[in-house]
Amino acid sequence: MKTKRRRDIWTVLGLVLLLLFVIFFIYPCIRLLWEAFYTEKTGFTMKAFTKFFSKKYYYSTILNSFKVSAAVMLISLLLGIPFSYFFSFYRLKGRKVLFVLALLCTMSAPFIGAYSWIMLLGRSGVITKLLESVGIKIGSIYGFGGILLVQSLKLFPLVVIYMNGAFQDIDNSLLEASANLGCTGLKRFFKVIMGLTMPTILAAALIVFMRAFADFGTPALIGEGYKTFPVLIYDSFLSEVGADYNFASAVSVLAIILTAVVFLVQKFATSRFKFTINSLHPIQKKEARGVKGFFMHAYCYLLIAVALLPQFYIVFDSFRDYKGQVAQDTYSLSNYQNAIRKLLGRSIKNTLVISILALVVIVIIAVIIAYLVVRRPSGMSHTVDTISMLPYIMPGAVIGIALIIAFNTKYFSLTGTMAIMVIALAIRRMPYTSRSATATMMQIPISTEEAAISLGASKIKTFIKVTVPQMTSGIVSGAILSFVSIITEMSSGIFLYNNSTITLTLSTYNAITLGSYGTASAFATVTTLLTIVCLVLYLICTRGSEKMSV
Amino acid sequence: MSVGIQIQNAVKRYGDKTIIPDLSVEIHNGEFFTLLGPSGCGKTTLLRMIAGFNTIEGGDFFFNDKRINDMDPGKRNIGMVFQNYAIFPNMTVRKNVEFGLKNRPVPRDQIRSEAEKFMKLVHVDEYADRMPDRLSGGQQQRVALARALVIRPDVLLMDEPLSNLDAKLRVEMRTVIKGIQRDVGITTVYVTHDQEEAMAISDRIAVMSDGVIRHCGKPKDIYQRPADLFVATFIGKSNLIHAELVCEGASCRVRFGNGYSEEMPDVAEAARRNRKIVLSARPEELLVHTDLSGAGVGAVIKDSVFLGLNTHYFVEMETGEEAEIIQESRIDSILNPGTKVRLTLNAVKANAFDSESGRSLMRGVHNELEVDA
Repeated sequence: MKTKRRRDIWTVLGLVLLLLFVIFFIYPCIRLLWEAFYTEKTGFTMKAFTKFFSKKYYYSTILNSFKVSAAVMLISLLLGIPFSYFFSFYRLKGRKVLFVLALLCTMSAPFIGAYSWIMLLGRSGVITKLLESVGIKIGSIYGFGGILLVQSLKLFPLVVIYMNGAFQDIDNSLLEASANLGCTGLKRFFKVIMGLTMPTILAAALIVFMRAFADFGTPALIGEGYKTFPVLIYDSFLSEVGADYNFASAVSVLAIILTAVVFLVQKFATSRFKFTINSLHPIQKKEARGVKGFFMHAYCYLLIAVALLPQFYIVFDSFRDYKGQVAQDTYSLSNYQNAIRKLLGRSIKNTLVISILALVVIVIIAVIIAYLVVRRPSGMSHTVDTISMLPYIMPGAVIGIALIIAFNTKYFSLTGTMAIMVIALAIRRMPYTSRSATATMMQIPISTEEAAISLGASKIKTFIKVTVPQMTSGIVSGAILSFVSIITEMSSGIFLYNNSTITLTLSTYNAITLGSYGTASAFATVTTLLTIVCLVLYLICTRGSEKMSV
Repeated sequence: MSVGIQIQNAVKRYGDKTIIPDLSVEIHNGEFFTLLGPSGCGKTTLLRMIAGFNTIEGGDFFFNDKRINDMDPGKRNIGMVFQNYAIFPNMTVRKNVEFGLKNRPVPRDQIRSEAEKFMKLVHVDEYADRMPDRLSGGQQQRVALARALVIRPDVLLMDEPLSNLDAKLRVEMRTVIKGIQRDVGITTVYVTHDQEEAMAISDRIAVMSDGVIRHCGKPKDIYQRPADLFVATFIGKSNLIHAELVCEGASCRVRFGNGYSEEMPDVAEAARRNRKIVLSARPEELLVHTDLSGAGVGAVIKDSVFLGLNTHYFVEMETGEEAEIIQESRIDSILNPGTKVRLTLNAVKANAFDSESGRSLMRGVHNELEVDA
């Protein structure tokens, strides 16, 4: 039912949002595009693009990024789908613990895994040396293999989370029907279950690809010669001869084109699997007994153990004494003392302040967008909505570069301020939150709002007292997850921070690049602790439910 | 203070689709008025136009003498009860009921006492501090009613308020609603697609289809002398039988295909001429006789259903038409399928409609729309 199309407070709010997006997102994107094709010396030029495509060193980065992201996507699906299948269809022992640990894996800062794996399996890694002493030589984990290992182990739990939701929506009678028609076991898994969950598999594949593609920290640490495009952007931005914005912009534009293509292909693939399931009878979980049960448990627990290993090792390492870059066999709090000298306090404070500010901005804007899209469908609402979704296909490094180019001018300088970090994080995380807010909004019947209006409440009062409270349950859990990813974000921050706005992840990265490994572990441990606190909060908020929005 | 509602030449369009072409109706002060019709007939649309949630594309809406077309929904002083109750799930029962008062200049202690009073009226006072998710559907509906009434609205609007309840509760709640409406004495517009509910609860009913009011009047008039064929079939069950009207002066007879005829005393004067008609006979207006001698239409029992108080017969007449007949159950055995019977018509109660226009040919059709026009 339509309501009166009058100009009211919502029209104004929509315009304000549009204006904010134009200033802080569209304008930087246009500047980025401009920068890619125009330099002051030469005017309009394709120089940066010719440079990029003339040398294998450059153009291989995009290919490398694509290859490694596709591989990560595939491996994550192969690891995650069986995990989720066992988890959803069988009564595994300690399944709650398993799920929480899986969440923890995927919530941790991406490059910390890379750093830890280097300490475990790198040239002078603990495990490497252990194996060498008994004569076994493992290959190098630097390069393609290393990135694949680190990212797959970090991202497969995302697949698990997505698939758990999809498996829960399968109606048990569909499985009974297929068994009744003679389709059981593996055949049923591939023909029926995979078919029913295809849209979710594709959605999980996309998000894993995008995350892997955008990750800066992992390839920067463990990639070495295997250079990916965020690293290239970073290098050209921080090159010794001065920042080459022209080239960095050109690479960014190419990266966006690639992610956009991947996004569209995924959309097209998903559109071919459009159906709805009416789930009346949820899956009956079976006991996991015998040899089969043993292997299921072994698979799930081993996978989680391996994925969590770097987290544990970091915590352990943070208490170890270091002499220069060499680990000692004595333990103390010296790393933490070093960390405190290296701005630990400021990093924590900045992390919290920036994250909370960004989260507040995100939630407010997402809620308004959700209301506009659901209750006031209009050209403007959909424009705002579409714009808010665009960052989904933009790697963090690209957003970082775009903001720097746009706001590093005499007239409007934001670089080096906390504001620009907040803006970057808000833009980055907006698509996820606005999606889940819109989904929540759709569940709210319009009649409660009409009841309030008809009882004499103003539009704003109705929104604040009736609409928003009904959205909270949907928003809070999503917000906590956003908060974690904001805390652990690095790929856009690395371009935007300075000494006064440094955050925990950036301090960790700094310490690693400076070779102060113990200190880095201390920073990483604090980050992990913060993550765990959020995870606990999240679990309290979503008690019992295994579905979640990511 | 309760008001009368006047709607003149209302028009509702969505894009180029016209839902209500031109509708006028007057709802009297203090009456229980029901908009009845199949889904998609425009009844909820009309209600929402009165409430202010739908735009009005044409015509005038008045509360007494005040034109309300452009008034904000919140200013119309309307109490609205929604199909899904629309209880605020984030507030206790008391907060729900107090919500409307808090938007008005009412002193604090009076808010509380008024809310208390209306919660008592609908018997939810013992749940005052519960959250709505711990109430049953019927209790939630009572809260919705209290919330709507506590602001002392000029008009109470109810949009299929009982359709989400189970059958037993529906009957119980409609008595509650009717009783409270009578006590409070408030003009009420009620929307439903359930004709039995409409009959039970309303002072007057407007039967709608395709955005047009077909018949507006008292339940008894609408049932016994429906204005047209649509109303005859929508309200209660009607057997439609093709027949002829044969008039000689002031006396008219209805003649069936097989020649059986019966005098129809109540044919309107203006309609008294020979013509083809559609006869509408309620299941109780056809009488079953087992002795086959005598005038009547021959028929064969196809099926019989014993329902205790009544027995339903489904018959095929010798004219080829089928009919449903309801008889009070008798102590002797019911008639089995295949039994040959003779049917006669209770022509005093039956209605005749012109076979082309579908309009009633009877005297005593009280359609208050036509009186106004």
